[in-house]
Amino acid sequence: MRTAVNARRTGLLIACILAGCAAPQPLVSYAVVGDAVPNALVAGPADPLRGRAIIAGRDANCLLCHSVPESGQQFMGNIGPSLSGVGRRLSAAQLRLRIIDAAVVNPETVMPPYYRTNDLRNVSEQYAGKPILDAQQIEDVVAYLGTLRQ
Amino acid sequence: MPDRKLSSALRYSLQVLVTLCLIAFGTVAMSAESAAHAPRSGIDYASDDIRAMQADDFSNPGMLWVSRGEMLWNKPGGVGGKSCATCHQQALQTMRGVATRYPRMDKLVGRLVNLEGRINTCREQHQAVPALTYESEDLLALTAYVAYQSRGLPMAIMIDDANRTRFESGRQTYIRRQGQMNLACNHCHDRNAGRRLLAEVISEGHSNAYPAYRLEWQGLGSLHRRVRACYFGVRAERPDFGSDELLDLELYLARRATGLPVETPGVRR
Repeated sequence: MRTAVNARRTGLLIACILAGCAAPQPLVSYAVVGDAVPNALVAGPADPLRGRAIIAGRDANCLLCHSVPESGQQFMGNIGPSLSGVGRRLSAAQLRLRIIDAAVVNPETVMPPYYRTNDLRNVSEQYAGKPILDAQQIEDVVAYLGTLRQ
Repeated sequence: MPDRKLSSALRYSLQVLVTLCLIAFGTVAMSAESAAHAPRSGIDYASDDIRAMQADDFSNPGMLWVSRGEMLWNKPGGVGGKSCATCHQQALQTMRGVATRYPRMDKLVGRLVNLEGRINTCREQHQAVPALTYESEDLLALTAYVAYQSRGLPMAIMIDDANRTRFESGRQTYIRRQGQMNLACNHCHDRNAGRRLLAEVISEGHSNAYPAYRLEWQGLGSLHRRVRACYFGVRAERPDFGSDELLDLELYLARRATGLPVETPGVRR
């Protein structure tokens, strides 16, 4: 699994170098229907196991604010609601929108927009023009959260 | 005679009533302007061992900087060998209460200055020695020594025509979303104080303990260093140490902490 991911990253890196990597990659466009994004951001399969690693990892930092008892992590925050059973409460399409840009559902939210680069202010150079997660990572997280049904 | 007794009792009741109304009004006016409740110092959110460490001068590591600051206070330098003490004598008396009123507009230079800026203005204009670099051990030590003289006194910033624009600018920074995480200060420190970010309890973000010793730093650091860490956390571009943006925010935070005792040198995680 890890090898596959690394190989994919290396491939991306090479592609990036060949293309000159001048501008940040444009975001995949998506349609919001009600409080959901029905269509996946990527055509390929999503991997809940990868999603499980992402939510505890430093890119997404989900556990800073949410607890996910199933994740097996010792320390988890309580700013946001617990995510246990979230796969029962929300559909994949609803989860997708809340991760992409929770402000669409609640403008006052403290949840960062994980797949938005516009209307942000003073983003540090390192992250400017980049979403917190890429389209594949969003789908992996959606897939993992969908498995949390207890 | 009974009439007079009655009227004096009435007058007394009236006085009590008016006083109570004034207190109630004052409380409402204060809470409308700042927080909806009395501010709680960051130390109230800290663990028992950190509280114990801050409370005991022999275990509070920040006291090392205070001692160093005392040495620097009395150290002659520059033209005529003047030290801080040459003009200000015993800091114990002359600096008492000063930190509760900073940052403030400096009439001499026409700028908003915090303690660090004030110390450096003194060095350049009165001692003719170079300004100390922000976050240098010497500037931290002198700042901590000066602020330490106000320990236990309540923060008491007044907002007036001279500093109102800067205060307002600080307030705007405090409530402005920024960075890739798209968060403003108030999202954590007003709306979520007391909750946990991973294992760490979020405080109300008051400034009354700075410069403070942080275990994470293994050293003393300024308020600007602490605030810059939050900018980093939300993945925002960090303003420079001593910049107008951070000074304005410092003024807003100082006002917001009104009534909290100065704790310098505070101890934090």
